[in-house]
Amino acid sequence: MKLDSKIPEGPLSEKWSKHKFNVKLVNPANKRKYDIIVVGTGLAGASAAASFGELGYNVNAFCFQDSPRRAHSIAAQGGINAAKNYQNDGDSVFRLFYDTIKGGDYRSREGNVHRLAEVSVNIIDQCVAQGVPFAREYGGLLDNRSFGGAQVSRTFYARGQTGQQLLLGAYSALSRQVANGKVKMHTREEMLDLVMIDGKARGIITRNLITGKIESHSAHAVVLATGGYGNVFYLSTNAMGSNVTAAWRAHKKGAFMANPCFTQIHPTCIPVSGDHQSKLTLMSESLRNDGRVWVPKTKEDAEKVRNGQLKATDIPEDARDYYLERKYPSFGNLVPRDVASRNAKEVCDEGRGVNKTGLAVYLDFADAIKRDGEDTIKAKYGNLFDMYEQITGENPYKMPMKIYPAVHYTMGGLWVDYNLMTNVPGLYAIGEANFSDHGANRLGASALMQGLADGYFVLPYTIGDYLSQEAYDKVSTDHEAFKTAEAEVKEKINKLLSINGTKTVDEFHKDLGHIMWEYCGMSRNEEGLKKAKAEIQKLKEDFWSNVKVIGSNEELNQSLEKASRVADFIELGELMIDDAQDRSESCGGHFREESQTPEGEAKRKDDEFSYVSAWQYNGPEKPETLNKEDLVFENVKLTQRSYK
Amino acid sequence: MKIKLKVWRQKNASDKGNFKTYDLDDISEDMSFLEMFDILNEDLVKKNEDPIHFDHDCREGICGMCSMYINGHPHGPKQTTTCQLHMRSFKDGDTITVEPWRAKSFPVVKDLVVDRSSFDRVMQSGGYVSVNTGGVPDANEIPIPKKIADEAFDAATCIGCGACVAACKNASAMLFVSAKVSQLAMLPQGQVERKSRAENMVAQMDEEGFGACTNTGACSAECPKGISLENIARMNREYLGAKASSDNL
Repeated sequence: MKLDSKIPEGPLSEKWSKHKFNVKLVNPANKRKYDIIVVGTGLAGASAAASFGELGYNVNAFCFQDSPRRAHSIAAQGGINAAKNYQNDGDSVFRLFYDTIKGGDYRSREGNVHRLAEVSVNIIDQCVAQGVPFAREYGGLLDNRSFGGAQVSRTFYARGQTGQQLLLGAYSALSRQVANGKVKMHTREEMLDLVMIDGKARGIITRNLITGKIESHSAHAVVLATGGYGNVFYLSTNAMGSNVTAAWRAHKKGAFMANPCFTQIHPTCIPVSGDHQSKLTLMSESLRNDGRVWVPKTKEDAEKVRNGQLKATDIPEDARDYYLERKYPSFGNLVPRDVASRNAKEVCDEGRGVNKTGLAVYLDFADAIKRDGEDTIKAKYGNLFDMYEQITGENPYKMPMKIYPAVHYTMGGLWVDYNLMTNVPGLYAIGEANFSDHGANRLGASALMQGLADGYFVLPYTIGDYLSQEAYDKVSTDHEAFKTAEAEVKEKINKLLSINGTKTVDEFHKDLGHIMWEYCGMSRNEEGLKKAKAEIQKLKEDFWSNVKVIGSNEELNQSLEKASRVADFIELGELMIDDAQDRSESCGGHFREESQTPEGEAKRKDDEFSYVSAWQYNGPEKPETLNKEDLVFENVKLTQRSYK
Repeated sequence: MKIKLKVWRQKNASDKGNFKTYDLDDISEDMSFLEMFDILNEDLVKKNEDPIHFDHDCREGICGMCSMYINGHPHGPKQTTTCQLHMRSFKDGDTITVEPWRAKSFPVVKDLVVDRSSFDRVMQSGGYVSVNTGGVPDANEIPIPKKIADEAFDAATCIGCGACVAACKNASAMLFVSAKVSQLAMLPQGQVERKSRAENMVAQMDEEGFGACTNTGACSAECPKGISLENIARMNREYLGAKASSDNL
């Protein structure tokens, strides 16, 4: 199938303004005749729902948590990029565009990314007007910092809680629309299917998580703002409830899933302490500005560290391997996330890891403390050091921190065109749930930017183009399509409850995570991926014959919720493996061992792989079809990344 | 470690509920408090028993969803969220009592899960600046003194978990409500609706059935984010000022 990205004609910097003029508008008096469903209330969902309400549409918004304010956007620490150039250091819309395209290793669309950079400046204005307390300088103006190796200071922040403050801003705008009666908020209600009528998205099926009631909701358009799928790895920095179910069920109704294998592994997380581990905690990567990463030079020393005979501080300077500084003299400890992560894995695979599990490297602040004093380090990173000590029980001022990479963000997601509409008419995907702007690797402080860009400044324009061409007629939830979908959802739930096997949902989830991390994690190869596919298929079979779910549907049943999500993660995992197999190049977060330079760095193959992989569901147990959208670069020159 | 857990079990909102005791061996002190519950729940499922339901999501102390009342303290012995509490804060052989938040305005849904939608409704009554998307001034048009911005930020770090209500003998929500009123009262953007906001949010707070404040300060002492009592003083001032002024619109 030919995919039409609908990128407008014309020069890059004029595409968005021309497009805004060319899209059809809905008359203000007619907006109230249209209903929109928004699933998810993170930055993208809350900002979209609020903006739709302000424009006059009727909105039904859904979240599985007890309040829209809990969405996992809240946990973002670092900041939000915007091309304001307040620091007079040479930033511009084009530079932010260029950095984002390059950072994504040339696997995203020029048109989308340029628009993102353009609207980035409006986001900051909007958030300040809402009362978001960004960090300020003594003169009262907004402060910026440089983030993730950017050459300019364009990151706006609110201490280490930028995501929280931005989400509470969007939540406040959403709350205002709830009070105005324009948005009806459905909390603790999870989307379990998409309803299609005449080839268009016309509603969703949900489960009320308190009563178990299966409900139908109809609308003229459906927006999925349901976040990423990092929890396919079981352990990730995502919230426990983050899941792929809404997006996956939409995929099974026809929406294409794009670049699912593109996942970002963050290098600075607190390592796993044992089998009981339920999630991983990110430590802001700003720590690498002052911390030095190392492991012992010899396996023997590492072994002694692991069994407690040696402490980090016992190892003399000449027995340490500061491997990032050694291999990348110009970038040192500040190499991009994917490079730092892969190198940590490499030294641990060599047997030089430093905690009980052998999966950790040191991040050492001793030199920084000696140079700047403990007070300076405390002022910069105090809250992170406290958090580390709280979780690990070790004092990082005295002992080097231990860190290890963890799954953090998924660049892949539902395929969308320039209007953020999936290939299913009337179905939109925004924020981390879509694939659109980060290519094969996301830059730091760009996720918040994209979520809010989509929700505040892109979708409110583009959705009107579709709705203005739709009839006002509402579809009754008595329509056959709703009844069929409800019946399917109920059948699936009953199936899960009736298996009554011997293995718990968490056990399956851990097994899945193990397969994905081992073979489809930081580095991937043909043989491993083949093995993983076979193992996942076996796991799926086992799941549907041996999973144990307690209780009934008609109550709050957290095991049932988890089971339904893990079932979808297993299917997604298989598709990720297919995608990783197809893309036999290395790019961004996707490292194929077969495709590396003589020095062991990632090697892109632009002639063969300058495309977006959009996977099409063909029915149960049938291989998915790969549709390719070719990427065209007219404004940037493709180069190989080098950090030597 | 060996731990004895006394946990509140309640099948649903209309069930009376009671404590049940569970013995756990082999708990690692590196586990978080919620991971201990994960392990217990795995065990219960294997024994065909209904797992203990509790709210949790981010498990990094910021979403505000986790809410356990542990040994008489919301979120337990440390001034942090339940998810950031680790077993090394307890001793081998300890008996730990775990209850849901207890407050009329937070009805129990099941086991340790409560309904905090009253907080959302308080926010809907005025916890915002009424600006639509677009058409706002440039972000640097209005300078804000760093001290004011920092203080507003401190108030804005509230995670809406409800520990303040659970800690208060009157189940008052003053700390939660005042944190938002304060944040917006301090910032220039919040000035236009300053008076109506204080009035409306306080009215909604009362409507939801939260108790009165007697300034014992338990809320702030137990708040995982250390939201200061100053906010309550400020809200009282805001409220009085609004009520007393003739230009009250």
